[in-house]
Amino acid sequence: MTGADPGAVRAALREVVDPEIPVLTIEDLGVLRDVTVDADGRVEVTITPTYSGCPALDTIRADVDRVLGEHGFAGARIRTVLAPAWTTDWMTEEGRRKLAEEGIAPPRPTAAIPPLGPEPVPVELVRCPRCGSGDTRLVSRFGSTACKALRACNRCLEPFDHFKAL
Amino acid sequence: MIPDLCAYALRLGDDALVLAQRLVEWSSRAPALEEDIALSNIALDLLGQARSLLGYAGEVEGAGRGDDDLAYLRPEGEFTNCLLVEQPNGDFAATMARQLFFSTYQLALYRRLVNSADETLAAVAAKAAKEVDYHRDHATGWTLRLGDGTEESHRRMQAAVDQLWPFTLELLAPDGLTDRLAAAGVAVDPSSLRAEWDAHVEAVLAEATLTRPADGWQPGGGRQGRHTEHLGYLLAEMQHLHRSHPGARW
Repeated sequence: MTGADPGAVRAALREVVDPEIPVLTIEDLGVLRDVTVDADGRVEVTITPTYSGCPALDTIRADVDRVLGEHGFAGARIRTVLAPAWTTDWMTEEGRRKLAEEGIAPPRPTAAIPPLGPEPVPVELVRCPRCGSGDTRLVSRFGSTACKALRACNRCLEPFDHFKAL
Repeated sequence: MIPDLCAYALRLGDDALVLAQRLVEWSSRAPALEEDIALSNIALDLLGQARSLLGYAGEVEGAGRGDDDLAYLRPEGEFTNCLLVEQPNGDFAATMARQLFFSTYQLALYRRLVNSADETLAAVAAKAAKEVDYHRDHATGWTLRLGDGTEESHRRMQAAVDQLWPFTLELLAPDGLTDRLAAAGVAVDPSSLRAEWDAHVEAVLAEATLTRPADGWQPGGGRQGRHTEHLGYLLAEMQHLHRSHPGARW
């Protein structure tokens, strides 16, 4: 086991996807926080939940364990950390692109998010992933999974998911 | 120090757990599909917070009890949640009034708890504060819509606010435990949340054309394990499966 390369571990972990949004790997999502290999060659993988009650985390943990075993990194330690708290800013560019292709509007940078309240004129538009129009409206801040809000396009009238900034 | 920290984590965890259980009672029967989903999502956030907090309480206690043991195997008298969260859902207005009062308290609390000298509590709070911001916003939106809506929605929203108001006083009441832990920089003194709680709730009520009730009757005792009649029924339902089939798993 000595000489395991963190890069090789990361490459193997690209097979682990979010069970609720399977186009995203846990790396795309920013859930994979760290991969280390200590002097004895022992692999440690650190993950963090998106939401406190994220039901996907147990599945992700099991998938990480399985995939590492398949790639010869059996016995790796999987650590879950809460701090620092996950933010959508950790989602990779690649992740944002995949989301949009899947018909889910990617999150806005959290710095651009106005304080919650009756929706003001948006600082940065949430574009319809179907027709590209910036003329969209919030239907509900809570969607099909904890991380998504439901919006609708005023131009093409299609409802769509928006990965909400957190 | 250790029993105090365990008791504090339990108290915060019990608030989240009991409210999560109440909110899932709306699953499949909320007024609209979007609300069904919203309330279930809020419940899920709270359940996640409860798991972290109860798990930590068990760890600090060091007696081998995990989050499931604390949730499913403690009797009513050992739950230290506030009385507000165990109150029945009532109509949708009552649920929203309870959400407004509790999430305003919880957000103010978590925003301060991020500075706790206890690293685990600070981490749980940092994560949860972002979630509860959405909960408060949701309840605020509904309070405005119902209060400043039709004659009937206004009547119901005011009735809900009046009925639940007395239970809010317990949220902001300090006791020996919070005094000791706040002095150690671990807990937040609940009375220090008063200004923020009043400012938000009073502004929302005023904009919703609702009247802020006068402070009067102040029921309490939840933090000492003395509950209203409603908690026992809630726990009976929540704990039934686990007690009937110990160790049951999905």
